[in-house]
Amino acid sequence: MSEAVLEVRDLRVSFAHPLGLVRAVDGVSFSLAPGERLGLAGESGCGKSTMALAILRMIRPPGRIDGGSVRLDGVELSVLNEEAMRRLRLAGIALVPQGSMNSLNPVMRIGAQIEDALADHGVSLSRTALAERIADLLETVGLRAGVAASYPHQLSGGMKQRACIAIAICLRPRVIIADEPTSALDVVVQRQVMETLARVQRDLGAAVILVGHDMGLMAQFVDRLGIMYAGRLVEVAPVGQMVTVPRHPYTRALISSLPSLEHRGGLQGIPGLAPLLRDLPSGCAFHPRCSLAGERCRIETPALRPMGGNAVAACHLAEPVA
Amino acid sequence: MQAVYVIKRFGVFLLIVWVAATLNFFLPKLSGQDPVRTKLLQEAAIGGNVQVGMEQMVKEYDKRFGLDRPLLAQYGSYLYDVGHFDLNYSISSYPRTVKELIAEALPWTVGLLATTTLLSFAIGTLLGALLAWPRAPAWMRYLMPPLWALHAIPFFLFGLILVYVFAFKLQLLPMFGGYSPGASPGLTWDFISDVAAHSILPALSIILVSIGGWALAMRGMMVTTMGEDYVVFAEAKGLRAGTVFMRYCVRNAILPQTTALVLALGQILSGAVLVEVIFGFPGIGALLFHAIQENDQFLIQGIVFTVIAALGLATFLLDIAYPLLDPRISYRRT
Amino acid sequence: MRGVFSYIGRNRSLLVGTLLLTALALFVGIGTLFVDTENARSLSVPVLQAPSWDYPFGTDRTGRDLLAVMIVGTPLTLRIGFIAGILGVGIGAVLAFTAAFYRGMTDTLIRSIADIGLTVPSLLVLILIAVSIRGSLTVNEMALIVASLAWLNPTRTIRSQVLTLRERGYVELAAMSGMGGPEIIFRELMPNLMPYMAATLVSSVSSAILASIGLEVLGLGPMDAPTLGMTLYWVNFYAAMINGWWWWWVPPIVIIVIVFLGLFFVTIGLDEIANPRLRKSA
Repeated sequence: MSEAVLEVRDLRVSFAHPLGLVRAVDGVSFSLAPGERLGLAGESGCGKSTMALAILRMIRPPGRIDGGSVRLDGVELSVLNEEAMRRLRLAGIALVPQGSMNSLNPVMRIGAQIEDALADHGVSLSRTALAERIADLLETVGLRAGVAASYPHQLSGGMKQRACIAIAICLRPRVIIADEPTSALDVVVQRQVMETLARVQRDLGAAVILVGHDMGLMAQFVDRLGIMYAGRLVEVAPVGQMVTVPRHPYTRALISSLPSLEHRGGLQGIPGLAPLLRDLPSGCAFHPRCSLAGERCRIETPALRPMGGNAVAACHLAEPVA
Repeated sequence: MQAVYVIKRFGVFLLIVWVAATLNFFLPKLSGQDPVRTKLLQEAAIGGNVQVGMEQMVKEYDKRFGLDRPLLAQYGSYLYDVGHFDLNYSISSYPRTVKELIAEALPWTVGLLATTTLLSFAIGTLLGALLAWPRAPAWMRYLMPPLWALHAIPFFLFGLILVYVFAFKLQLLPMFGGYSPGASPGLTWDFISDVAAHSILPALSIILVSIGGWALAMRGMMVTTMGEDYVVFAEAKGLRAGTVFMRYCVRNAILPQTTALVLALGQILSGAVLVEVIFGFPGIGALLFHAIQENDQFLIQGIVFTVIAALGLATFLLDIAYPLLDPRISYRRT
Repeated sequence: MRGVFSYIGRNRSLLVGTLLLTALALFVGIGTLFVDTENARSLSVPVLQAPSWDYPFGTDRTGRDLLAVMIVGTPLTLRIGFIAGILGVGIGAVLAFTAAFYRGMTDTLIRSIADIGLTVPSLLVLILIAVSIRGSLTVNEMALIVASLAWLNPTRTIRSQVLTLRERGYVELAAMSGMGGPEIIFRELMPNLMPYMAATLVSSVSSAILASIGLEVLGLGPMDAPTLGMTLYWVNFYAAMINGWWWWWVPPIVIIVIVFLGLFFVTIGLDEIANPRLRKSA
């Protein structure tokens, strides 16, 4: 897989907690082909947002990256100094923040927030060229050029999120990490923002990691889907394959909890609660909630195994399908 | 939106002026006697060259504030006078007026307070911000405990210690007054440097004590701000550490800090009054001390009114400047 | 009780503050037993003696034994602070709860009064009051004068704290389960507010002492009581500093500094209990 634009190997992140070490990301590996869209889904608290930050090397104390490697175009990021890493953020890997968050500085105009990003990455343009570039960016994401002069509180949630996308693409990054970009937006706006993200991604040829918990929304957008549970990837497969033949019991539960036209009989939830990361069950972390779990699941932690047709899953009970 | 905001703030300013005038009028009456009249009669009885003036004042006072007039009419007369900034004569420095005395003292106090408040606010805020910043130099952490301890001490008490060390023992700086006796006031280099030398200790006693408080408050605000989503996103944007620090963290954390400054003005002034007394600095505080010693009721009332009104004005100006700092403010209901 | 001590051991600010105040209490307590407090009156002892075996703190120009003055004066100053502080927080708490529960006009009115009152420099208003009723003030009257403005800050801070707690939802939960206003205050809010109220009380005591010393230094205090502030007034009056009578002004300054530092550290320590988020960043 030397042609991968982003390659993550055995990434591990833990947080020091008074009650013990919390392993938020525990040995996650995956790779991303140029222009590919990968989804990472899981319940809240499964470590997916932490992983997004860990790829950017932005874990703050009391958290720390314990190990693993992240390669962008074959360049190992964990050995870069802080200044080189800073320059790589946005220019190489850009983040589109959660839609529910106040990700824009409330006391700065949108234009100035884009200018900051350009200036600190060594883009020096004349005033008019700068204004033009910002206007272009805003129009690319479907905003009026005049939005540059607005403050965040003057914009709607959808507009703010578009502005964040404009910032994320301003240096034509190789990889865009979108961390629940449409959470807290209403359904119509959600769709528009996702379409905008898909369009700019296609135009740039950037690869995307879409982090989220809404399997339905993600399945429409991504090529491949990874399922995270308790800090680990438990299954990765092309979307079509995953929806038709999910291998991991957790994936099956997630898919059957989706509302669909066939199952009108209401939502089928997953029994039990997501485990506390600082107090994980032994063996397969999912076993207390798994109806199929046997003796082996309680003792031995399963590793990801090929399941046929580009799919991998970490379950003792799953059988490869030819 | 903007106009409504300014008008509202101006309304608050007028309200403060009214409160100041009302306190001045009613508080002296609480004791059941009329301390002003008593004092005037005392002075008149002593006689001497001001006797005629004093007797005149008693007559004038009785006419306007005599007990035979209804309280409300007296109150009206008082508000009318104050509204025209007529603060009457100084009893102890007759025939000089209260207005003249205050006009002489006010620039000293304004100069001292403006300089010390702005300096301590700026230094303290910056220190506090750096203290919350993980990349701050380590020596700073050792600087703070003594500054916090100083913060717990009243200005004037620290001033006393400074006087003893620097003026009395080391004799580096003048001990008393606003300028050397015999210096001729004017815009000459000699006079200005003389005033500066006299101002160093009073200013230091306010600045060094205040810094810790601002630093403590700012550090708290910075810790909160640094957890905000827009700071995380700023970092993800690959901004330089300096940009994130100044334009994203400090820029936002300074908003509540500025509100705190507006609220603290009254307290700073209360403290400065005592500093002036200790240093014999020729400002409002020393004038007030003199007025209390002499029981000069008109002068005390005049000072209390002027100072409250002036602080109200300062608050008003800071309030209308605030939307420049926080673009959201004119949209919020205030 | 053991838990309390071990907690104080970990909360260093609280420990330092408590130690400072305890040291002061011991000084006063032991001093009362061994020193003739009658000597705190004028003309009891020879004037202007530098510290010696007979008079460890020396004597002042009016013939008072300064050790006796400190032993009598320290509790007087603290008494002013505590009376005014307790009254201030009491009144402030009642107003704050009233504002937070009735909301609407009541809240706006109380909040506006507190906000405008805080803009006005309190020392000046206190001066106006003290000047108006000048004459022979007692220590208790002094405390009442200071208390007359001591409720403004507690009203403001407690109100905002109650509103924050309200947002956290237990109040709504309690209201849904049928509790009335006063019951909610005492059953649900008070336990959560206690550390916060304690911190407010201690800082109010500190401000009250500051205000009383300010009035006293200006010559508006109880003239015949040997409080710490009045001692400083006489120091200033007789220009003790320029005359080199250092023993006259060093003890009151040291004790006042200990009082303020002690109260300050206790406030910080209590804030840490009330607001655990501060702990990590400290």
